[in-house]
Amino acid sequence: MSTPVVEITGLRKSFGAHEVLKGIDLEIDAGDVVCVIGPSGSGKSTLLRCVNLLEQPTAGTITVLGTEVTDPDVDIDRVRTRVGMVFQQFNLFPHLDVLANCTVAQRKVLHRTAEEATSIAMANLDRVGLADRAHSHPTELSGGQQQRVAIARSLSMDPQLMLFDEPTSALDPELVGDVLTVMRELADSGMTMLVVTHEMAFAREVADRVVFMDDGVVVEQGAPDVVIGAPTHPRTRDFLQRVLDPTHRHPTAD
Amino acid sequence: MTATSTGAPSSGAPARTRMSPRRRARLSRGIQYAILLVALLALVLATDWSRVGTSFFNAGAAKDMLPAFPRAVGNTLTYTLAAFAVGLSLGTVLALMKLSSVRPYRWLATIYIEFFRGVPALLVVISFGFAVPVALGLTIDSFIVKAALALGMVSAAYIAETLRAGIQAVPRGQVEAARSLGMSQARTLATVVIPQAFRIVLPPMTNEFILLTKDTSLIFLLGLTAAQFDLTYIGRDALNSAHGGLTGLFVAGGGYLLITIPLGLLARWLENRTGKARRS
Ligand SMILES: Nc1ncnc2c1ncn2[C@@H]1O[C@H](COP(=O)(O)OP(=O)(O)OP(=O)(O)O)[C@@H](O)[C@H]1O
Ligand SMILES: [Mg+2]
Repeated sequence: MSTPVVEITGLRKSFGAHEVLKGIDLEIDAGDVVCVIGPSGSGKSTLLRCVNLLEQPTAGTITVLGTEVTDPDVDIDRVRTRVGMVFQQFNLFPHLDVLANCTVAQRKVLHRTAEEATSIAMANLDRVGLADRAHSHPTELSGGQQQRVAIARSLSMDPQLMLFDEPTSALDPELVGDVLTVMRELADSGMTMLVVTHEMAFAREVADRVVFMDDGVVVEQGAPDVVIGAPTHPRTRDFLQRVLDPTHRHPTAD
Repeated sequence: MTATSTGAPSSGAPARTRMSPRRRARLSRGIQYAILLVALLALVLATDWSRVGTSFFNAGAAKDMLPAFPRAVGNTLTYTLAAFAVGLSLGTVLALMKLSSVRPYRWLATIYIEFFRGVPALLVVISFGFAVPVALGLTIDSFIVKAALALGMVSAAYIAETLRAGIQAVPRGQVEAARSLGMSQARTLATVVIPQAFRIVLPPMTNEFILLTKDTSLIFLLGLTAAQFDLTYIGRDALNSAHGGLTGLFVAGGGYLLITIPLGLLARWLENRTGKARRS
């Protein structure tokens, strides 16, 4: 495939006077898994949210699946049906059961029949290992299960790109593995994924490319073994040291 | 707990020499019951029970009101429902105006809400009955429409604020999840926001309805014909009769409770039913 799934050039985003993204260039090819890492407040979420226009960029262009979403006249709802998004806080609809969470957008947006939507939803719930919980309410599930339902909800729209914003950060440690397993299988199936994560082991194993962001710019990017394994930039090294060995005292401290 | 942590001098004496929280709570409860008992006793002793029978709960006077009673309850309920329909429709429009991105809409809604929340309903009803026909050259023939508009206009101000708060109480993440799935703004409102806001606004909306039920007592100011009497009207009517004292008012009051109490129960039931979806 020739054209990239996501093409970001010169992306800037300010909240008032505070510039959060200071010129980002990024391309994601079909089937690629790109993990974004970086310190808190570096603009990772903002970058992700600009891709499906949950945040309106201040400058620059973003093209998603051949549609320029920064065009003021873009039909963003149409683009969003093909771009799944998974949030840190799951954001399942609490007034609907698990199955309805996975069918409501299929029915209302894609106008699928009830039978079709149900069978697609059940297939995706089965994929995340929760077909038996189809009639549970979101509040009856653990955080890890809720996040897997959220993934199934997105997959039920047959997206061609999946965005993940720290999908395991709100989970108890013992529940992280189940969600990562689902994501790994998704990556293996060829899904194009843009993942903001603090799970270095996951990024190292699954990502085709790792992007390190700090203070609104991409500091370095490349193969996981390079960026995580042998970072060249001191800011990357400093960040990884703090993430991988949080209790370690910096030699110059004290 | 140690003595130092409770702030007592550190003489080594355990904090237990002071009353434990459990015993303090028990003592507090005991005192509350005692006050209640004394108050009830005082009320019973101070009341002249023979007078109560004749001037407050006079069976004869109550019986005289009986034929008109069902109709009065029915009329009161009709006026309330009609006014609530107006209030809810207008209130929804106002709430959406207040949430609109068009600034003049927000201003208009704010002015309307502040005005009708601040002015006594009595004034609005009187103005509606007398000023509007003169000023606008508009005469509304249907009494129900007139009453519904006058009371609904006031109620809409409160309902608008309740709805706005309810809509804004739905977490942002819900809207973002819906929009990410490709739902339009309107679709998100209808499918995700309003169903969740409904549960949030149910208790304040019940209050709104109950206040409205009682506000229908003002519509006599619009001039009732014989068939249009409401509960307050028959209550006042009974007051003017020779016997029974205040009995008429108590019967009318009972009529209002007949409407509001089942409504309160219904609201509680609905709340529990929809609430199950949220709690584990
Ligand atoms: N809606 C907003 N309004 C104002 N400032 C915002 C908004 N959203 C984000 N910011 C600011 O932008 C900066 C970057 O935020 P962002 O959420 O993108 O960081 P992040 O890299 O995802 O951090 P974390 O790892 O903590 O999630 C932060 O300083 C944040 O305060
Ligand atoms: Mg973030």
